[in-house]
Amino acid sequence: MGAISQSSYEMAHLIGAAVLMAGFQLLYQRRLSAVLNTFAFQALALAAAAGWQAHIQNAPHLYITAGLALVFKAMIVPFALHWLVERLGIHKTVETAMSIGWTMIAGVALVGLSILLVLPVTANATALTRESLALAMSVVLLGLLMMITRHNAVTQVVGFMALENGLILAAVSAKGMPLVVEISIAFSVLVAMTLFGIFFFRIRERFDTLDLQNLDTFRGDRQ
Amino acid sequence: MMAHLFQLPGFDNPLLWILGVPLGSAGFLAVLKDWRVATWVNVAAAVITFVSSLLLLDNRPAPTRLLFIDDFNVYLVVLTSFVGLTTAVFSAAYIARETEAARLSDLHLRFYHSMYQAFLFTMLLALTANNTGVMWVSVEAATLTTVLMVSLYRTREAIEAAWKYFILCSVGIGLALFGTILVYLAAQPVMGDGADAMAWTLMIGRAHDFQPDLLNLAFVFVLVGYGTKVGLAPLHSWLPDAHAEGPTPISAVLSGLLLNVALYALLRFKMLISANGHALTPGPLLIMMGLSSLFMAAFMLYRRGDIKRLFAYSSIEHMGVITFAFGMGGPLANFAGLLHMTMHSLTKSGIFFAVGIISQNAGTKRIADIRGLTSSHPVLGWGFVIAVLAIAGLPPMGVFMSEFLVVTSTFARQPLLAIPLALGLLLAFGALVSRLQMMAFGEPGKVISGHGDASTLSSILALTPLWVHMLLVLVAGLYLPRELVSWFQSVARILG
Repeated sequence: MGAISQSSYEMAHLIGAAVLMAGFQLLYQRRLSAVLNTFAFQALALAAAAGWQAHIQNAPHLYITAGLALVFKAMIVPFALHWLVERLGIHKTVETAMSIGWTMIAGVALVGLSILLVLPVTANATALTRESLALAMSVVLLGLLMMITRHNAVTQVVGFMALENGLILAAVSAKGMPLVVEISIAFSVLVAMTLFGIFFFRIRERFDTLDLQNLDTFRGDRQ
Repeated sequence: MMAHLFQLPGFDNPLLWILGVPLGSAGFLAVLKDWRVATWVNVAAAVITFVSSLLLLDNRPAPTRLLFIDDFNVYLVVLTSFVGLTTAVFSAAYIARETEAARLSDLHLRFYHSMYQAFLFTMLLALTANNTGVMWVSVEAATLTTVLMVSLYRTREAIEAAWKYFILCSVGIGLALFGTILVYLAAQPVMGDGADAMAWTLMIGRAHDFQPDLLNLAFVFVLVGYGTKVGLAPLHSWLPDAHAEGPTPISAVLSGLLLNVALYALLRFKMLISANGHALTPGPLLIMMGLSSLFMAAFMLYRRGDIKRLFAYSSIEHMGVITFAFGMGGPLANFAGLLHMTMHSLTKSGIFFAVGIISQNAGTKRIADIRGLTSSHPVLGWGFVIAVLAIAGLPPMGVFMSEFLVVTSTFARQPLLAIPLALGLLLAFGALVSRLQMMAFGEPGKVISGHGDASTLSSILALTPLWVHMLLVLVAGLYLPRELVSWFQSVARILG
């Protein structure tokens, strides 16, 4: 494996930043279909990031991860979710628990936090890993933020998948990490199960709404 | 690199049987149509797995990049396959009655048995994996199989519970993966690229040179991630629902085994941090989470109306005590923690066996509707009384001994911490005993079915695992063999 040139770094960071930007865009969408399209864009950027890492690290197995992100996450999952939203007649607007402005401010704070945390502790790691890790951690935290501040189950699932995109971004950027492909497959199975769950358990019908707030009937053991 | 990693064990290696039999039978059970045969295939597979795990005690295979056995995980492998076996026996009786009541279709039963073996496989793989990534994938798969089993009854509550479990634990293991990646990054400059930097056996020797800052950050993610699966407060909210709504054999293995596996993962990372020496001391974090789980669960125990939920909270309480013990560290507290892990597994799965029969008899899980068990079903009722008194921590049972050790070892080193610990244990004791009194004594309520006592073959089958577990817990409370003690001591030393 030869030395990695400066322009390769810059390309990797550019693509990583695109994934992060999509993470922000997810936070301010008001319509469900826009959320799904933005997620598809994020997955596309992730596929590009994985492909680029496969190229510069000379690690052909990462092309499988890239392919998986491209076909499964950028195409099949958004398509299936669009279909589910139509089929189950889910509300097409996004219900928020926190106003969009505050969510964006919290998001900016989280990105700042991850940069402040990651850059000092990775002083000895290669520059490639350092900054990609900071980007990946930001994407993870933004996904978490989205899961917390959105009520609807579909948006929560999208938040989880965005979080997972951040994890895969971290895994492909960690030089020479084994099992990345296996991990991305394991995640895809998880996501497939979720979609399967929404559809077959007909969460819409059973709970009248996909709002997770309505899943609390038994929390306090009220009888 | 990949071929190097996936070196499979040979036929003379017990690990092949321990992992291969559950995996193979999961596949076989998925296509087997007759559920009566399936329950016995399930038991037979569990017997083979248990016997192979006993072989590990004598014949310990050399570690590979994929799998390894050391003093710590060998005991958990034996414990897991043992409880897996007794639960399979209980499940045979349980399923027979559920089918009589027509609560489960044939397809559901096929699915249930297949997933049961798949679940055992994922837990055993997580315990024996010599690779942080493989361990993560197996914990993730264990989550998936249990989500599917929790939702088995397809009631509104079951699906709610499964969905909540799924969402919370997926986020948890997602964060654990981030922690795992960070540990790899901390190890990679020292160990080089590839599988070496993820192998426990290789990392532990050179952990001293890892970057401490990166390990600190990693430990926070691992603690929150795997801590969610252990059910530590405030990350526990999936646990009571998942335990309450699934089939009872699954509650038994969730409480008795899966929580241990998640804690095992956490402790492996703790060992790495301790071996490093420059990173943070994980002890105070574990102590804090342990105490908060203990108190939260002890107070929650007082207001439960659902019998399975009651014992789910009791599991949170005990995982809190165990985490607290490992947080204290040192040979004695670690010893106490290991012993408590074993005793809790045996006792709590025993309790769930009893609860399964009780709720099938009464046709309800409401504590208020369960009355006079000792007079209506003496063998079951007294078994239940002994099991609950054991988990509440009364002598001479094993749980008393391990809790006593936790308290005394804490008292010797940090007397101030022993006070909240003892207080929490007393609170939980009071709650359990007051609930037990209502259920076990007094006038029996209306009995829906006369099953559940030593009359027919299937009820003997259902009650045997409970009594076997109680006998083991009693023996452990009275006398621990010298070999076992020295073994626990050696593990306690590795744990640091």
